[in-house]
Amino acid sequence: MSGFVRGLRLWFAPERIREEGDTPDYRFSLANERTFLAWIRTALALIGGGFAVDQFLPELAWGVRAGLALGLLAAGVLCALRAVNHWVRCERAMRRGEDLPVSHFPALLSLVVAVVAVAMVVVVLFGWEGR
Amino acid sequence: MTTAAGRDPGLQPERTRLAWRRTTLSCTVVALLAFRQSLHAGATAAGVVAVALSLLAWLGFLGVAHRRVTGMGSARPPAALSPRLALTAAACTVALAVFAVATLF
Repeated sequence: MSGFVRGLRLWFAPERIREEGDTPDYRFSLANERTFLAWIRTALALIGGGFAVDQFLPELAWGVRAGLALGLLAAGVLCALRAVNHWVRCERAMRRGEDLPVSHFPALLSLVVAVVAVAMVVVVLFGWEGR
Repeated sequence: MTTAAGRDPGLQPERTRLAWRRTTLSCTVVALLAFRQSLHAGATAAGVVAVALSLLAWLGFLGVAHRRVTGMGSARPPAALSPRLALTAAACTVALAVFAVATLF
């Protein structure tokens, strides 16, 4: 947890990241940046999915629709915040010459997306009859 | 490293620039969905505020992307992404999600 707090402090005092270690080859930094952007796009896609559930499935009961949309939006927010955190940690690890950090987040995210997808299938198949 | 840099003069910044463009495009799609959502809500005061806020988040994201893309073009070798820009991009993304939650109820 203290590692997380230290990482969080780096978010708001960004100059500190430059004090540690050596500047890595710029290509590694740019690759890290592209990974960050890919995660941001994932977050944007999840948020767009949340908007889409709310707008394009008006036949669903309000509770189901709001639940699905909230799940997608929460996943999007988590994804965006985690993208910054992971980018900072990777940048620091490269400067220090350490191994890149491992993460459970991709597995967690794919589980959430799978659960939402299964819920969508169930809702689409049986949702209208219950109305 | 210098030989590697000589072998790969332009492609890495180019790919990163394209990644920023893709991300901006995704952000535009989400902003349009947000716009559509608030049109649905009608021309109430809350709806107008919602449109303004989502427009602001979208413009913020565009600004970050523009600063990064132009900044990368001038420096050689290109400087690394500054944490402030990364944080701003993530904050704009989160703002759109918060707006979506707010209009849900």
